[in-house]
Amino acid sequence: MKKNARPVRIMEVCGTHTVTACRSGLRTLLPENLKLLSGPGCPVCVTPSDYINRAIMLSRRTGVIITTFGDLIRVPGSLGTLELEKARSAQIRIVYSALDALELADKQKDKKIVFLGVGFETTAPGIAWAVKMAAEKRILNFSVLGAIKTMPNAMAALLNAGDVGIDGFICPGHVSVVIGTRPYEFICRAHHRPCVIAGFEPYDMALAIEMLLNQIVDGKLEVQNEYSRSVSAEGNPKAKRLIADTFDPVDVEWRGLGVVPKSGLKLKKEFENFDAEVLFPDLDIPAGVDNSGCRCGEVLRGRIVPGECPLYGKECTPATPFGACMVSSEGTCAAYFRYCRQDGITRKELLSQSAQSTQRGVKDDRCGL
Amino acid sequence: MCLAIPARIISINGDEAVAEIQGVRRKIIVSLVMDPRVGDYVLIHAGFAIKKWSEEDVREFNEIVEGTGTTARRNKGTK
Repeated sequence: MKKNARPVRIMEVCGTHTVTACRSGLRTLLPENLKLLSGPGCPVCVTPSDYINRAIMLSRRTGVIITTFGDLIRVPGSLGTLELEKARSAQIRIVYSALDALELADKQKDKKIVFLGVGFETTAPGIAWAVKMAAEKRILNFSVLGAIKTMPNAMAALLNAGDVGIDGFICPGHVSVVIGTRPYEFICRAHHRPCVIAGFEPYDMALAIEMLLNQIVDGKLEVQNEYSRSVSAEGNPKAKRLIADTFDPVDVEWRGLGVVPKSGLKLKKEFENFDAEVLFPDLDIPAGVDNSGCRCGEVLRGRIVPGECPLYGKECTPATPFGACMVSSEGTCAAYFRYCRQDGITRKELLSQSAQSTQRGVKDDRCGL
Repeated sequence: MCLAIPARIISINGDEAVAEIQGVRRKIIVSLVMDPRVGDYVLIHAGFAIKKWSEEDVREFNEIVEGTGTTARRNKGTK
């Protein structure tokens, strides 16, 4: 890329790509006029605090066992965290899969097993499979508190908001394993942005960036597939059919983006016996209020880098997270903090810190300097 | 959380299978992929195989991890 070329801003939508870019040092190798923005592709991060509050209220119910992926238990809602509830003796178990939750329900018939179904299109088929299996085997003490989100419309919502300049997208690889390449075509057609689906090795991301730059230079608007070892045009037909049979698309709220039309999946009416929202309608859920000062919402839109949040690296660290983006290992703030701390702050601060270090005679060889 | 890892199928029993990932074995569900067989490499996300890799896919992955990546670059094109 030429030094005097116009600045280009590419968004890596997926949190796992954010981690790859930070951990590998890829971000620091890019020229100054090529910026990699981190997007809303961390499911835990975009889950609003209302959902956490609902899960906490459920965990306080006698006879309920909450089963969840590990990332979620430290995410703060206005009522605290599931981790805190667990310390107060709530029954909360970390599982690797919806299958583990279903097996627990089959073993403990006297308990109500609620699985926190947070994820994107990658996770949705597994949750659908567990619900269908529960229906087939009459495991009626199993239910899902759903917060499944779908990515393409959220990418469009980012562009519609208009407050972040994005020249092209690195599309999420494992979401695309399920949905294929076609659901992104409207981003090219209607929103005039090129897309490249990428794998998760640093090589994959570097190649995806090159492919996007070539499209931008050549004026192309295509969905290109760097991750061809895993992604096909049609995606995974069995997984897509299972999703379509089990869920309906609905409007849902994303932290940072607000309500995005048809960007969520809700269990169909025929599976409402397994929908925790239907089974536990009388929870007194306080409205979620995000921690004051936390700018997770803007980080998730790629509007700011983590260091522009006044809490980042000071009050808010992976050990003492204020916002979801610092909790999840795929969260933008956590990834920057762990692997690329200096890259998470603004250039002005960086220069200021560098000058101070030089004055003190300190050689700082951390990432980004 | 959309992390997925490649693993080799060791045994299959209906929808369930045992997959090995760097010496660690665990139960997975293979009903989302077409015609899973013992010896196949599959991409696993949260306990479910979501994609079967061909031998060429496995070779591409190994080349990328080893840092050669010639197959990968040769194969990349538009959709």
